[in-house]
Amino acid sequence: MTVLLELRDVFKTYGTGEAATRVLRGLSLQLDGAEMAALLGPSGSGKSTLLTILGTLMKPTSGSYTMLGQDMIAGGDNELTEFRNRHIGFVFQFHNLLPDFTALENVIFPTAVREGRETNAARMRGRDLLSRMGLSDRINFPTANLSGGQKQRVAVARALMNRPELVLADEPTGNLDSASAIQVMDLIAQINREEETTFLISTHDEKIANLCRRQIVVGDGVVTG
Amino acid sequence: MLYALKIATRYLTANKAQTALLVAGVAVGVFIFIFMSALIGGLAEFILSRTVGDISHITIAAEADDPALLFSPDGQVLIATERSRIRAATLTDVATWVPMIEALPGVRAVSPQITGAGFLTRGAQTDQVSVTGVEPGRESVILNLSGYMVEGDVRLGSGLVVLGRDLADDLNLSIGQTLRLQSANGGTAALTLSGIFRTGNGGIDGARAFVSLSTARTLFAVPQGVTQIEIKLDDLNTADAMALRIRALTGLDAVPWTDGAGQLREALNAQAQTGYFLKTFALITIVIGVASALLLSTYRRRPEIGIMRAMGAGRGFVVFVFVTQGALIGMMGGITGAALGYLALLPFPSREAFRSGTLPMDITQGSYGLAITLTVIGAILASILPARAAARVDPVTAIGQ
Repeated sequence: MTVLLELRDVFKTYGTGEAATRVLRGLSLQLDGAEMAALLGPSGSGKSTLLTILGTLMKPTSGSYTMLGQDMIAGGDNELTEFRNRHIGFVFQFHNLLPDFTALENVIFPTAVREGRETNAARMRGRDLLSRMGLSDRINFPTANLSGGQKQRVAVARALMNRPELVLADEPTGNLDSASAIQVMDLIAQINREEETTFLISTHDEKIANLCRRQIVVGDGVVTG
Repeated sequence: MLYALKIATRYLTANKAQTALLVAGVAVGVFIFIFMSALIGGLAEFILSRTVGDISHITIAAEADDPALLFSPDGQVLIATERSRIRAATLTDVATWVPMIEALPGVRAVSPQITGAGFLTRGAQTDQVSVTGVEPGRESVILNLSGYMVEGDVRLGSGLVVLGRDLADDLNLSIGQTLRLQSANGGTAALTLSGIFRTGNGGIDGARAFVSLSTARTLFAVPQGVTQIEIKLDDLNTADAMALRIRALTGLDAVPWTDGAGQLREALNAQAQTGYFLKTFALITIVIGVASALLLSTYRRRPEIGIMRAMGAGRGFVVFVFVTQGALIGMMGGITGAALGYLALLPFPSREAFRSGTLPMDITQGSYGLAITLTVIGAILASILPARAAARVDPVTAIGQ
């Protein structure tokens, strides 16, 4: 397997002086292509901070981070924004869809924002993804009219729209009933197998973690297992 | 950036009531702008038409001989001439100049005249008058005599005179009656009153007499030429430039109406300045309204902005979305306000029909295009601050909200 990304000796401290809170304390991590890994750890262990750094939404205080051979710390805002758009997908706990847009419009957003318009090719892929998520009859529904599970499946489809190498999922099933949670995880596993997309799924749920081939445990700001 | 336009449009249509209120606020500002433009412009037009609308826009007067002294070789004064109180000088080449001036673009009419002072006598009653001799057919080209006629006919023939209402009443004259006109240099003519006019200007209605050019030629002993040429322009605001042009063309001393009208110009300028202030305040109100509404929208949509940023939308894209919203609000408000302003001005009489006692609103001076353009520019400027605030939203913090 090829190495997708590598974090080395990463520290992250919020605040300064006496108010400084050190969240990551020399964390190192490597993820390969087509991995499906669960990120486990108690609240406050640094899981969300780690995902945020991996998603290039935040830079660590120190340490190194490379993905696809590129230095993710040296890049400027525009450079990282473009990289994120092409190579990283996000699934949030509360789906975080754009409320004034339809399911299809939400899904194709990452492509449309890159190309400056909604192309037919993007619409076709968006429809295809929504069909794979079992939402072919909800394509033009405003997201406000969808159930929680449907919204989360739209969010998964959106994360996959630009065929990213990495999808970061922060508690993707945390807000769903168990049936919906299993449905979403099955979809993730299927895409991981078929498209060799690497998934890193933050979760407190051991059942969800057990569906992943690798478990990464974070504790006290470092990888402990 | 078609996609940014789509997002901006969607944001505006997502909350129709809020957008409608915002557009209405902008439209009111534009309405005030247009109303003020039409009022200030119409008022200026009204004042100008009442003060200089019926006078010559450019006057070419024959230059009187300067006072001169003739000295003897030993330095003694032999002869002294004084400037005469009676105009003796004439413009002799009038037959050449009048067609030349008439051919200039922007010149509406030219009236060669012989003018002078005189006395009107009927019975024991005598009144001092200013006599104007005009060519038949050109009676109304400077002062719109035909429009002011209240009795009789404006056409001036040999032996006929047209007087103002006040003067005719003062002399107890009615149409067809005879009176005697004596010029200041002694010429006398028996004239028949053929028409009476009323301009509403006491100085004209009570002291002006119009006769034919041939009658004036006899009265004032001007065998050839005229004493002045009056010129009416299509646009009285071009009088200065046109006077210069006529001077260059003819070598004559063409004097625009603006010479000696400094106070009037100051008053009109002050009025225009007041208009600019009011219009500026209207624009400032628009800018503040749009900026505050978009700032509120930025704050409300922080989580969405964070999501967009996380999905790969650059800061420039976010700025464009909010600036486009500002531009769309400005355009919609501008067009709505301009349309409302135009409709509100429709019932007012046209500039040609301005009357005392009504608001002289000039619908043609609403500055509609300018109002819309300035509103769009103002709204875009107003949206820059909220747009920059939106672009600075930290996606991590915003998504966590």
